[in-house]
Amino acid sequence: MSANTAMAEKYRNSFLKEIEEQVEMGDWVKMCMQCGVCSGSCPTNFQSAWEHPPQELFMMIRAGKREEVLTTSSMWNCTSCYNCIVRCPRKLPITHIMHGIAEYAHRLGLAPKMQPTRFFSGLFWKNATQTGRVNELKLSMGLYFRNGFSAGVKEGMKMKDVALGLMKAKRLNPFEILGGHKCRDQKGIQAMLKKAYEIERSRKAAKMAG
Amino acid sequence: MADMKVAAYICKGCGLGERLDADALVKVAQKDGKVPMAKTHDFLCSTDGVAMIRNDIANEGVTHIMIGACSRRAKTEAFYFPENAVARANLREGVIWIRPDTEEARETTQEMAEDYIRMGCAEIKAMAAPAGNPNTGSSKTLLVVGGGVTGMTTAIEASKTGYPVVLVEKTGELGGMAGKLYKRIPVHEPYKSPADTGVADLVSQVMADSNIKVYLNATVAKTDGAPGRFVVDIATESGATHTEDIGAIVQASGFTLYDMNKLPELGGGQSPNVVDQLGLEALAKAAAAGDGVIRRPSDNQPVKSVVFVQCAGQRDPSGTHLAYCSGYCCNASIKQAMYFKDANPSVDTTIIYTDLRTPGNGEDFYRSAQEKGVIFTKGRVGQVVPSGNTSTVKFHDLILDDKDAAVADVDLVVLATGQVPNSGVDIFAAPKEAVEGEVEVKPISILNLNYRQGSDVPQLKQGFTDSHFICFPYETRRTGIYTAGPVRRPMDIAQAREDATGAALKAIQALENAELGRAAHPRSGDLSFPKVRLEGCTQCKRCTVECPFGAIDEDEKRFPVFNESRCRRCGTCMGACPVRVISFENYSVNTVGAQVKAVDIPDEFSEKPRILILACENDAYPALDMAGMNHNEYSAFVRIIPIRCLGSVNTIWVTDALNAGYDGVMMMGCKSGDEYQCHFVKGSELGRVRMSKIDDTLKTLNLESQRVRDLEVAITDIERVPEMINKYVEELVAIGPSPFKGF
Repeated sequence: MSANTAMAEKYRNSFLKEIEEQVEMGDWVKMCMQCGVCSGSCPTNFQSAWEHPPQELFMMIRAGKREEVLTTSSMWNCTSCYNCIVRCPRKLPITHIMHGIAEYAHRLGLAPKMQPTRFFSGLFWKNATQTGRVNELKLSMGLYFRNGFSAGVKEGMKMKDVALGLMKAKRLNPFEILGGHKCRDQKGIQAMLKKAYEIERSRKAAKMAG
Repeated sequence: MADMKVAAYICKGCGLGERLDADALVKVAQKDGKVPMAKTHDFLCSTDGVAMIRNDIANEGVTHIMIGACSRRAKTEAFYFPENAVARANLREGVIWIRPDTEEARETTQEMAEDYIRMGCAEIKAMAAPAGNPNTGSSKTLLVVGGGVTGMTTAIEASKTGYPVVLVEKTGELGGMAGKLYKRIPVHEPYKSPADTGVADLVSQVMADSNIKVYLNATVAKTDGAPGRFVVDIATESGATHTEDIGAIVQASGFTLYDMNKLPELGGGQSPNVVDQLGLEALAKAAAAGDGVIRRPSDNQPVKSVVFVQCAGQRDPSGTHLAYCSGYCCNASIKQAMYFKDANPSVDTTIIYTDLRTPGNGEDFYRSAQEKGVIFTKGRVGQVVPSGNTSTVKFHDLILDDKDAAVADVDLVVLATGQVPNSGVDIFAAPKEAVEGEVEVKPISILNLNYRQGSDVPQLKQGFTDSHFICFPYETRRTGIYTAGPVRRPMDIAQAREDATGAALKAIQALENAELGRAAHPRSGDLSFPKVRLEGCTQCKRCTVECPFGAIDEDEKRFPVFNESRCRRCGTCMGACPVRVISFENYSVNTVGAQVKAVDIPDEFSEKPRILILACENDAYPALDMAGMNHNEYSAFVRIIPIRCLGSVNTIWVTDALNAGYDGVMMMGCKSGDEYQCHFVKGSELGRVRMSKIDDTLKTLNLESQRVRDLEVAITDIERVPEMINKYVEELVAIGPSPFKGF
């Protein structure tokens, strides 16, 4: 049974309860009073980017619209400006809830695969945890080539002047492609990450167990 | 009057002496006003000035005093001569403060002041000092009709103030609607959980109070008399009738829930598992008496999911159900949802609302419910479909715009149906035509008033009793009878208790005023009362029908019988009387008529038109005074006479003015209709109806219809009123002078 179907089974009829237990700050969702100040405060443009603004997402959670909430790209558009948190009359930590729902959708494998924020987050994490240092060359290349080889070449050509400028200023080292700089204690980093994963896994397992 | 001695006093303070020729005014008072004893004073309202007047009263035998100084609304304490008739010529707010201080304006300003002196002298001679209504009663007992929270609170508050109370309750126990509740909405910090109703405590306070006499299973069979001397028959279940002497009455007859059987689409009457809010209270009380678990009525199984439908049969624009919001139901449903959540957090509770209205600390209560896990869904419920032991609630989700939203497998549905006032008979309702096969349910009278106008207090809208919503909320249109609680407007327990306290105090004021022969609000303390010259009466019944307060009955020969203690002294009867036989000692057809005639009308070549303004003393006159205080100038061609109410305007004044050569007459009264602001409720409306027929008079006089103007004025119109006056003067100048000048 996949994580998704397991969750769906566990919280039959009560998506709100699932969110409260599984999502960081999820127990705040019930406190929304539908004033819409969050949507009004958001600097991003809802009409094109947010299919469902925050207060609507909260109402959908209460209405049990699990599939729609977890597969939407809406909460991935949050830029963490914290305007909504500042303004919410009910003091809901909206930004955190948005990230919480996004993380949960990702955990269940329901988040839209090619959503740019989600894609970049994955790329960055992988890049940074490999050597303990961010390899900027590889990171930007990963981003350019996300839509295939020819699209990546096109994107690279477009940016070549910037890249040459960076190289001239000694801000970009083309040899980084061969592996690049690393943390001194490679083993230590990996052990640390392993331990962190373990803690995270056991915490979530405990939550799953109820 | 043989022993009348008039004196006129003209003040020179507040700039009057510099702006006006006081000696000329004295001459006008002596020559035109025919008041030989006319004096000036530099500062009339000072101790010295008042002492001068008192000295004249004591030593010169002055009985009637004409003061030419500030507005009658100013310096009322200094110029307080209760034994004497007093007239005031408004030279300050009415003349110098609304005219520019320029050389060109000097002449017309002086003319204005001289006219006001003439008017004051004419008025004072037509007046007498009011002696007070002799037909008084001195009962200090308060009758409270209704033994709910409102009634009991009224009784306790009045008793604490030292007034005996008779409490009549139609059922066998005190407590009313609140007595049927399990708990109430909290009224103290932290506003988080339902609280004890407090009804038991109120009942024991009432029962322990020797000052409160309680009649249970009793109704009011007949109410006769007037404030201070009501005679009330109380019929008890056993058939016995008790008669009580009563000073004032508080009607706290409460409400009935809107009948949910009228809402079959919401499952009302379709299943035992669809209840109204009172039905749920009964279930909660039963649960509290047992194991604490609320069970669904159909099969006695514990309720696992409950849906509250807000605005059921309320705020209905179609006119089928209640048009209004009852205000308390949102908090009540929150409270009821907590009954479930506090006992067992796993019960699903959903409140479906269109607008959640939880004003004040209700907001904390709402938040607390959210914390407890009550789900709030904004939507409009279209249908409740019961099937077996559960129901499906179908609704339009207004946030997600989902027209087919539904909550299925609901054990219990609670309809928030709202309050319908128990206000008795609608005495002004048109008689219903009998429909064949339909049994007509006649409303039962609550007070059984033995009044000519009907058995209960008049209603305004939706069956709620009429009261001056802005200024005098507890007052009904029956003096000495006050309504409190949900019979007046929808409200919750906290508001009802506040209402009850207010009504108790107003009732006490009313019976105390009645004993002294004085008016209740808005002419509080007025000693004048209507006098009728019955030998001139034609029994036309206009006064008995029109009196906004039902003060006038009819005897067996159909002559009017004035119950002075019920009178508010608005003068509507005086305005209505076609033969002009009704008058007050200090306000009559003559006092105003004499002023109208006293004005000097310049001839048609002078280019000085004269416009008469009859201004309501409650709103328009203060607005004009305030316009003066702000030095908002208006034309020097108007002459303003304050009147008690537009309803007191007798058409003879208008006819007389037009005949005398005035170029126009402007009437200023309060807003009328359903949203009235008239202090006498119906006065301005009746006045306007009467004046709408003035066109015929104008036609017979061959005058233009613009010569009479009706203006709706609010007390805040201090900028607008001067503008309207100036505009009207311009209009009249354009029409040209009245052809009646010089006759």
